[in-house]
Amino acid sequence: MSKTASITGGSAFRFGLLLLAMPLLLWLFLLVILPHMDLFLVSMRERISYGKYEFSLINYIEFFAEPLYWNTYVRTAVMSIFATILTLVIGFPVSYYIAKVMRGKGKNALFLMCLIPFWVSELVRTFGWMILLRESGVISNFLQWAGIADGPVEMLYNDAAIMVGLVYTSMLFMVVPLVSVLDSLDDSLIEAGYDLGGNAFTVTRDIVIPHAMPGIASGCIVVFMLTLGNYLTPNLLGGKDSLWFTEQIYTQFITRFNWESGSAFGFLLLILSSAIVWIGLKLSKQTLSETVG
Amino acid sequence: MIPSIPQPKFYKGLYSSYIALFFVYLSAPLIVVGVFAFNDSLFPSMPWEGGTLAWFFGNEDPYVGIFNDTKLLESVGVSAFVAFWVTILSVTVGTCNAFLFERSKFPGKNLLYIISLSPLVIPGVILGISILVFSNAIANGIEDSIGWDLEFLRPGLFLVIIGQFAFITTITTLVISARLRKFDVSLEEAALNLGATRRAALWTITIPFLKPALIGAGIVAFLMSFENFNTTLMLVGSDAPLTIAMFDRLKQGSTPVLNALSLLLMVVSGGLALLSVFVQRDTKN
Amino acid sequence: MADQFDLECRNVVKTFDDFTAVNDISLAIPKGSFFSILGPSGCGKTTLLRMLAGFQAPTSGDILIKGASVLGVPPNRRPVNMVFQHLALFPMMNVAENVAYGLKRRGVDKATITQKVNETLARVGLPDAGPKQISQLSGGQKQRIAIARCLVLDPAVLLLDEPLGALDLKLREHMKVELKQLQHEIGTTFVYITHDQSEALVMSDQVAVMNAGRFEQVGAPQDLYYNPKTAFVAGFVGESNRWHGTVEGGDDHKIEINLASGGKVIAKRDGQTNLVTGQGVDVFVRPEAIAIDGTEGADNSLSAKVDNVLFNGAASSLQVRELVTGHEMTVALPQTGAFASVKAGDEIRLSWSVEQTRCFASTEGGAGA
Repeated sequence: MSKTASITGGSAFRFGLLLLAMPLLLWLFLLVILPHMDLFLVSMRERISYGKYEFSLINYIEFFAEPLYWNTYVRTAVMSIFATILTLVIGFPVSYYIAKVMRGKGKNALFLMCLIPFWVSELVRTFGWMILLRESGVISNFLQWAGIADGPVEMLYNDAAIMVGLVYTSMLFMVVPLVSVLDSLDDSLIEAGYDLGGNAFTVTRDIVIPHAMPGIASGCIVVFMLTLGNYLTPNLLGGKDSLWFTEQIYTQFITRFNWESGSAFGFLLLILSSAIVWIGLKLSKQTLSETVG
Repeated sequence: MIPSIPQPKFYKGLYSSYIALFFVYLSAPLIVVGVFAFNDSLFPSMPWEGGTLAWFFGNEDPYVGIFNDTKLLESVGVSAFVAFWVTILSVTVGTCNAFLFERSKFPGKNLLYIISLSPLVIPGVILGISILVFSNAIANGIEDSIGWDLEFLRPGLFLVIIGQFAFITTITTLVISARLRKFDVSLEEAALNLGATRRAALWTITIPFLKPALIGAGIVAFLMSFENFNTTLMLVGSDAPLTIAMFDRLKQGSTPVLNALSLLLMVVSGGLALLSVFVQRDTKN
Repeated sequence: MADQFDLECRNVVKTFDDFTAVNDISLAIPKGSFFSILGPSGCGKTTLLRMLAGFQAPTSGDILIKGASVLGVPPNRRPVNMVFQHLALFPMMNVAENVAYGLKRRGVDKATITQKVNETLARVGLPDAGPKQISQLSGGQKQRIAIARCLVLDPAVLLLDEPLGALDLKLREHMKVELKQLQHEIGTTFVYITHDQSEALVMSDQVAVMNAGRFEQVGAPQDLYYNPKTAFVAGFVGESNRWHGTVEGGDDHKIEINLASGGKVIAKRDGQTNLVTGQGVDVFVRPEAIAIDGTEGADNSLSAKVDNVLFNGAASSLQVRELVTGHEMTVALPQTGAFASVKAGDEIRLSWSVEQTRCFASTEGGAGA
């Protein structure tokens, strides 16, 4: 039965709807759609002299001509995919433990413990890792005290440090959807799997993972997106040689004030993230509104 | 696998220790940040030089504590200002959106829904630069045509608020929609049936029902704005919000005053987080 | 004159696109009566009720409350109140606030509200429930609060949309009696819609049987049971054995019918002059109208073999198969002790009177029982 619409009459209802839609339309057009269209237009022009621009593909050509740029681009993509997989592999057993092994109050407490670190700013978290990993840091001192290392060990400013930080920062966005999807898996399905002769491996492969697929997809998409667009963690933990693509965008925009090529870089990053998210959705047979919404 | 299926003790032990290790990994950075706030040393690193409260209350160089560090305190104020407006705007617009998506039918609704989810999959840096480029184009256009220099369209707090609002609204929309979806429309009809006007039904029935989600969305919006870095980085002007100010200090290498500040932030946002969990739990009853 | 009816519908029609939900309904409900609308789900009864409450506007026709048309009057200004299917008690308010809600909207002063709320709560037998939260109430108590919330407003008509549906069987039986008593005490006109015939039959003064957007028959419960006017009513109200056959002959009072499965029955002609020889008809006989080992010389009789004994206390029955033609039927098995020895495989003699046998021109579909 039609419910609310029936109460209000024709034109007044239309006007009300338009009024209600106004904030949404302003938000989407002024802050999302038009800025991105403009970003695209800016990326397709070349600055001839002050205030004079011409249509040109030079910004994109420059990107492919300069190995540093596209090396950074590919490196960022590969590292992001790797970080996403690592987050999934580390986070899945934890989510499973919270959702299926724990019961009652302990379960809620453990889940909350998972969340609380992430209410703290990413900056603070990264700062923590710097204190742990740096030459004069906690781990280095511990290794020396334990006699494993002879002198101070520098563990900052390398890819492994970046990876540790990225996985740490992304964990929440993997664990939350995984716990909620695993929570909805009926225990009796697992019991039935065992009852029909399955073992831990086959039950996980045939029952648990297919059921968790929407959660896995949504976790991976968000984690990948956040990792790809991250600036803070690679910059602080990776140091000068972190070679993250967002740093290139920042350099073009803020340091070199070359907005045209910065826009092109931004657009390329957007294409990369959309493409990989799209492929991920196709491979896992999910849709965006189901996974995110 | 699950408690009802017996497993060898060895595997159980292995699994439990993995979980324990995971929580060590989660808590280690936060614990060291907190602990080193009390280290009587100029650097937030080993060795431990004994405890002090100077990084909170100290007032003589170089031991300037957080409560006397005007620059950092100012940036806290800036962040709070930004977060306040982002919260108000995004909860208001999110509520409108929730009613639009959950309660009305119109052509193109699905497409609009997908677009309004898109800020979640746009990297924050790109959202930042696109708004920067666009607002700059408008400002230039206005300046060239009628000669007004609209200062607020240049990098600064207005753009920071707008930029954060652009993606935080998606989150408030999702949170409030989820609650509104659970609302039984017959409650509103019952109110009408008992003599309430549409406006009264909305204010006495629907909004009170949404209240937990509104508060929850507000807390999330405030924290996300307070902690945002990527979008802010691209839009910031001369007034630096906290994350930007801390980032600059970190790059220069800083005294443990940052640890002290971080510890305070952890306490406050941890408290807010628990509050939001509490409010959301209330929802279920 | 019009004033003696609390609620009147005149040729009300409601269409959605090309679907007609309510088709030319007219009714007049006298003051203070308990009126039920009984029909299967999807018959249009909910749409009709929502039009009475003002949540939907009729496509054509008129609705009058206490003699005045309410077309165009929004739901919040109509002197009718409704008990919703899932009650729609406001979960964010306690019991007293729920009951006070309508009075507050009218701007009644606080002292009067408190007094009226207490009175009404006492009237529904929950005088101390005021400060309780809705979630603390049992199913039956919620029911009473939902009714109290309406009664406190003194409505001209109380609409009830299958409010007993969510209760378990025992409580439902209990609430039926309670609702009937309550209505009797307060004298407000009740319009009750349900798909459960027992609810309608037990509580109502008048029942309208609705099917596919139309009223098939309006009458007292006994009337519907003993004198169904259509095949649908005969099938929907009470249990029936239903057979197909063709008219073979008869007179002004009886119709002789050859059953499709073989055999012959004699049915009552209830003014149905349209049934002529050769016409296809559906024959209805209630299981409880059939006597086991009945006397010789009854209007209809046959021999049958027991297939199954379905023991269910007072509602026990036999599934039997006629010896000659093999067609199946259900026969009530009174638990008086006389038939305690009947078991599967027994042969029994069945008989029933012509008065208890009804036939109607064949329709496709229609609800069997």
